[in-house]
Amino acid sequence: MIELIGVSKGFGGKAVLQDISAVMEAGKTNLIIGTSGSGKTVLMKCMVGLFDIDEGQILYNKSDFFSMTEKERKVIRQEIGMLFQGTALFDSMTVEQNVMFPLQMFSNMSYRDRMKRVNFCLERVNLKDTNKKYPAEISGGMKKRVGIARSIVLNPKYLFCDEPNSGLDPQTSMVIDKLIRELTVEYNITTVINTHDMNSVMEIGDNILYLYQGHKQWEGSSRDIIYSKDEKLNSFIFASEFLQEAKRMRQLDMEKKQTL
Amino acid sequence: MLLTSFGRYLLMLRDMFSKPENWKMYWRQFMLQCSDIGIGSLGIVIIISLFIGGVSTVQTAYQLVSPIIPKSTIAQVVRDSMILEFSPTITCIVLAGVVGSKIASELGNMRVSEQIDALEIMGINTKGYLILPKIMAALLTIPMLVVLSGFLGIWAGEIAGRVSGIISERDFLQGLVQGFRPYIVFFALVKSYTFAFIISSISSYFGYYVKGGALEIGRASTKAVVISCIFILLADYALAALLLT
Repeated sequence: MIELIGVSKGFGGKAVLQDISAVMEAGKTNLIIGTSGSGKTVLMKCMVGLFDIDEGQILYNKSDFFSMTEKERKVIRQEIGMLFQGTALFDSMTVEQNVMFPLQMFSNMSYRDRMKRVNFCLERVNLKDTNKKYPAEISGGMKKRVGIARSIVLNPKYLFCDEPNSGLDPQTSMVIDKLIRELTVEYNITTVINTHDMNSVMEIGDNILYLYQGHKQWEGSSRDIIYSKDEKLNSFIFASEFLQEAKRMRQLDMEKKQTL
Repeated sequence: MLLTSFGRYLLMLRDMFSKPENWKMYWRQFMLQCSDIGIGSLGIVIIISLFIGGVSTVQTAYQLVSPIIPKSTIAQVVRDSMILEFSPTITCIVLAGVVGSKIASELGNMRVSEQIDALEIMGINTKGYLILPKIMAALLTIPMLVVLSGFLGIWAGEIAGRVSGIISERDFLQGLVQGFRPYIVFFALVKSYTFAFIISSISSYFGYYVKGGALEIGRASTKAVVISCIFILLADYALAALLLT
């Protein structure tokens, strides 16, 4: 579990995050949503320690990340897996070497055991026959899956995904969403996802944090979104007429289920 | 601005030193860099050394017009200029272009594509894992290249003198041993270690702290080469003033 308590962060005197408090639960997909420039990526980078925060606390299982010694932080970092927006795969390494890298660095496993683990993770994300390929030789969706495989290879407690669906077609996006959801539940991971993708919000949003101009505007689940009266949230989520229609349909559907 | 950059450069150097997460991986990275910097630059070093040596002999002979100066003096001049200046300084200026731009663009690309962030999140000291092996590899291989360059330059000078009929092999070999002071070899090595450090650390600094996109990687790469060359020339003068006067 990750807790944010009054987190604030600014750059050059300009506040980017203001007094954000939230709880990211284990075994659930915690989504951070908001318009471009609302501070989603900054919040995520603060959570993984790439940026220092100006005020507040970020607690990993009740321990404040920014009060830890460098050694303690390293331990926490080894429990973190992250999928970057651009995947951040090492382009000089093959798919297999990319996934094996954290194992080589942090485990004492034999080569055979490492290979077993790598193959297991690649199979888990439905990637076959790509072991010897370089990132430049595979598609965007495959790169994301390699990124996920690399993130889970050390059995992380925390999984961060920055825009996991950016640049992917809707079908592949759904596959990636489903995969992240399955892994979260299967390994009881605290998963935090930054996304713009409304389909992800509705499908896998167990806990949603909506940021508006650097502060927390709304918090709830994908079910709560349907009934939310928050204008800013509604104009962000249901921006098009099509989505507004979908919302009405979903509301009717849920009401029908309740009356039954 | 300049002071901030210098401070950040010093902090980068300080932060490189921490206990490696895995000695084997750091060693592997070091060997990879030795191959990249040393073997990767071998071709260009051989070519420039041969030509500089050959040209030195021809031009020295052209300037020594007095009949009272023995021919062996040409070999002495070629030897001393190769060891004192051409091999360490010219080779390192060329290496600043070849190795420096490679280091800066490699790290810059890793920064822009978030590969450095990915390593950081894994809990790896990225300065230690990415920069330290480059500097160590440069400190090991560049002096070797400089020594090789010295030998090749003098050898090419001898061949050029013989082929063009300027100086016989016997006179050249006689000139090579005349008034030889081993101290100049020590001086050349001090220079090559200093220049190796300048090239690798300055290029790493510009690459590691790139911000932006592909355009900025190009700019950082150019800046790394230009600043490295300036510092090589400054250090060249400072070392000459310090150790030769």
